[in-house]
Amino acid sequence: MTDATIAKPSGLGAGVRAVSDAVLPVVAVVAAIIGLWYLACIPMNIHTALTDAERAGAVVTPAGAAERRDMGGIGLALANTEIVPDVFSQERPRLPAPHQVGMELWKTTGEMVLTGRGFSKRSLLYHAWVTLSSTVLGFLIGTVAGVGLAIGIVHSRVMNMAVMPWAIASQTIPILAVAPMIIVVLNSVGVTGILPKALISAYLSFFPVAVGMVKGLRSPGAMQLDLLATYNASQAETFWKLRMPSSMPYFFTSMKIGMAAALVGAIVGEMPTGAVRGLGARLLAGSYYGQTVQIWSALFAAAILAAVLVGLIGLIQRAVLKKMGMAS
Amino acid sequence: MESDIAANGAAQVVSESSVIVADSLDLTFQTNDGPVQALRDVNLTINRGDFVSFIGPSGCGKTTFLRVVAALEHPTGGTISVNGMSPDEARRARAYGYVFQAAGLYPWRTIAKNIKLPLEIMGYSKESQEEHVARVLKLVDLEGFGEKFPWQLSGGMQQRASIARALAFDADILLMDEPFGALDEIVRDHLNEQLLALWERTGKTIGFVTHSIPEAVYLSTRIVVMSPRPGRITDVIESTLPLERPLDIRDTPEFLAIAHRVREGLRAGHAYDD
Amino acid sequence: MNWNWLIGAGTALVAISYVNLQVANSDGRDQPISRLFVPTVFGIGLLLFWEGIVQGMGVPGVILPAPSAIWAAFTASTDILWLDFVQTFVKGALSGYIIGAAAAFLVALVADASDFLRRGLLPVGNFMAALPIVGIAPILVMWFGFDWQSKAAVVVVMVFFPILVNTVEGLRATDRMQRDLMQTYAASYWQSLFKLRLPAAMPFIFNGLKIATTLALIGAIVAEFFGSPIRGMGFRISTEVGRLALDMVWAEILVAAIAGSAFYGIVALIERRVTFWHPSQRRGR
Repeated sequence: MTDATIAKPSGLGAGVRAVSDAVLPVVAVVAAIIGLWYLACIPMNIHTALTDAERAGAVVTPAGAAERRDMGGIGLALANTEIVPDVFSQERPRLPAPHQVGMELWKTTGEMVLTGRGFSKRSLLYHAWVTLSSTVLGFLIGTVAGVGLAIGIVHSRVMNMAVMPWAIASQTIPILAVAPMIIVVLNSVGVTGILPKALISAYLSFFPVAVGMVKGLRSPGAMQLDLLATYNASQAETFWKLRMPSSMPYFFTSMKIGMAAALVGAIVGEMPTGAVRGLGARLLAGSYYGQTVQIWSALFAAAILAAVLVGLIGLIQRAVLKKMGMAS
Repeated sequence: MESDIAANGAAQVVSESSVIVADSLDLTFQTNDGPVQALRDVNLTINRGDFVSFIGPSGCGKTTFLRVVAALEHPTGGTISVNGMSPDEARRARAYGYVFQAAGLYPWRTIAKNIKLPLEIMGYSKESQEEHVARVLKLVDLEGFGEKFPWQLSGGMQQRASIARALAFDADILLMDEPFGALDEIVRDHLNEQLLALWERTGKTIGFVTHSIPEAVYLSTRIVVMSPRPGRITDVIESTLPLERPLDIRDTPEFLAIAHRVREGLRAGHAYDD
Repeated sequence: MNWNWLIGAGTALVAISYVNLQVANSDGRDQPISRLFVPTVFGIGLLLFWEGIVQGMGVPGVILPAPSAIWAAFTASTDILWLDFVQTFVKGALSGYIIGAAAAFLVALVADASDFLRRGLLPVGNFMAALPIVGIAPILVMWFGFDWQSKAAVVVVMVFFPILVNTVEGLRATDRMQRDLMQTYAASYWQSLFKLRLPAAMPFIFNGLKIATTLALIGAIVAEFFGSPIRGMGFRISTEVGRLALDMVWAEILVAAIAGSAFYGIVALIERRVTFWHPSQRRGR
């Protein structure tokens, strides 16, 4: 196709159109999800709402919790429409409504900051900080080690042949299963605090970074390598002038994967060991005491944390690649 | 440049044998940079059995015109008919085969199954599918390669297979959009020879887009010269070459004279530019 | 301190390094047998080194059991391990994987039919795929009970987004020319779906399916940390860790490793059969 002129969007009108083209569908989908979520609250919570209402003296059909146990939630909601609003404001709903989660999130973050208790043990910010610090520490360890292994693999044939198959195979293994053991064993030899969790995060981010970087460092084509060979460039020069720059896009992509994996590692590392601090511990405590709103808000805090961390890498990626002339 | 014959619509002769008739055809694309006139006031009649080449620089609308005939683009003004129908009706009636710049064979299908693809879609019976495949494989000289996968063949063979695919379902119009553009000169010569032989045997009407002056002159009964901004026809040249055309006809004075006129037409088109 | 074991460990390390260096720099290094031999020797060497260090330094089993002890625990409790495997892998991971993949596939088909929906779902799906979804395990355990159903539910959610995103991308992977070709044939929506877009999407779909194999196993195991009947790999790991019976924990990890790589391997094998035509899969045809 040579005949159609494809022009880059330019001008204010085009920019607005591009933004609305990209944003509008996403907003619509998110709104639909929230709508479905509210709807789902009705059948999920109607049983307990009716029980509570009955206890408070309201007339519900049919009467008696045992009678209603096996009835469908939708049917019950239709039979007791006046009770339906209650499903959105229960204290321990099976499924909390979005605004309940949002309010809990605000109550445990922004409001506590405003009242000067931003880092109290009941603040989600505090727990998020605990998780964040071990995530980032682990991510840094894992990334440095992963890049190191990748450099070794690219430059040493024997390492490539011996280690690379294991690095690839290890990605198919549910490494996360070792998390409880690592915590307990390290605790028993006296290593406590954020280091055990960070090691799990490091372990999880290590392999994606290593495998991605091997791919990146090998991405220069034969022609480009031949060109440097005609200059009689040393291995180190080839690395700094060709392999390293061309691996950058791969580096950032694998860092994003590694960061997401590190966060999962930190959260799971906080779960099974009776830890009392961190988002994982909040999830676990919430599930012990049936505090569903707390579980959901911890979950959303984790999601926001993941989005911020991965987004941050994305921003750095854009800036670096732009500076290197690899992206516009 | 004042062109004579049918190009400017004054003497548009529509007869029984007219297959494609375009009448003051306009097509404007809306882009973010504002409207782009891909075709302006295009008048052209193509008769049954014609081999018509479209030549011109990038952006002259030659591919766009072919795509309008195939109902892949829709004109914003004027009329066009294919076999007496609208292009869209003609598409539904499967009136033409289309050959693209790249072979575009499906890598998960063998050559034979690739050729069967349109037949499956159009609901041919199993036996007649086999029959058609065998026939067109022979036409393009690919007998014995039916069970190979496309990626096991050379580029020239792949393009021949894609021509076979366009021929398979007995459409009497063949639209070809720079089919040999990606091939090297030697393969291209060979395929040009084969295409002429095939055209002679089947009597199809062929619309052929190309960048190459020798290719256009060698193949065509008529050469449509186009120029860009806006895309329009600047000249229509009737070939005076005999139908029997060995490759070395390209060294004859007659051939060179036509090639010269095409080149003049292209240059004149460019003069409008700045 | 047992010096014989330590010397043995050192010797093993030196020996495998020497052998591998010899093979990797020999003329036959690119033969398939060398490609298998070198990593295998490396793995065996590591195991010998591990054994030697643990035995030689007298590392207590509650910190790091020796490979021989792990193997002994593995062979001695195959019945329990099998029970756990069935509970976690077959009932939890596999059923969830199948349901999640099917659901993602159907949603992808719907999303692909509408440009608006696709442009909305793709960024949301990409975002979700990067989130720590295992976190929903406690909620789903609360909803679906302790048995395998809740594990399958976690797996469904975990595998859904990667497969969705990859399938939607794959269905778009045809180029304009291929779609134009279908249009010149006046092909219907279903004809172009089955004959062009689905086959072209297969490499992408399998990419999603492969990523999801590991996620499925992780989801099923981690969900068991939040409550399960008295069997299952995650249950066994967390209780045996509590009893400091690390040899059993490692045996369970061995099972998880075998199950994970076998699962991945099977999906990769099917991929090779289905997408034999893709450049990454072609071999000497």
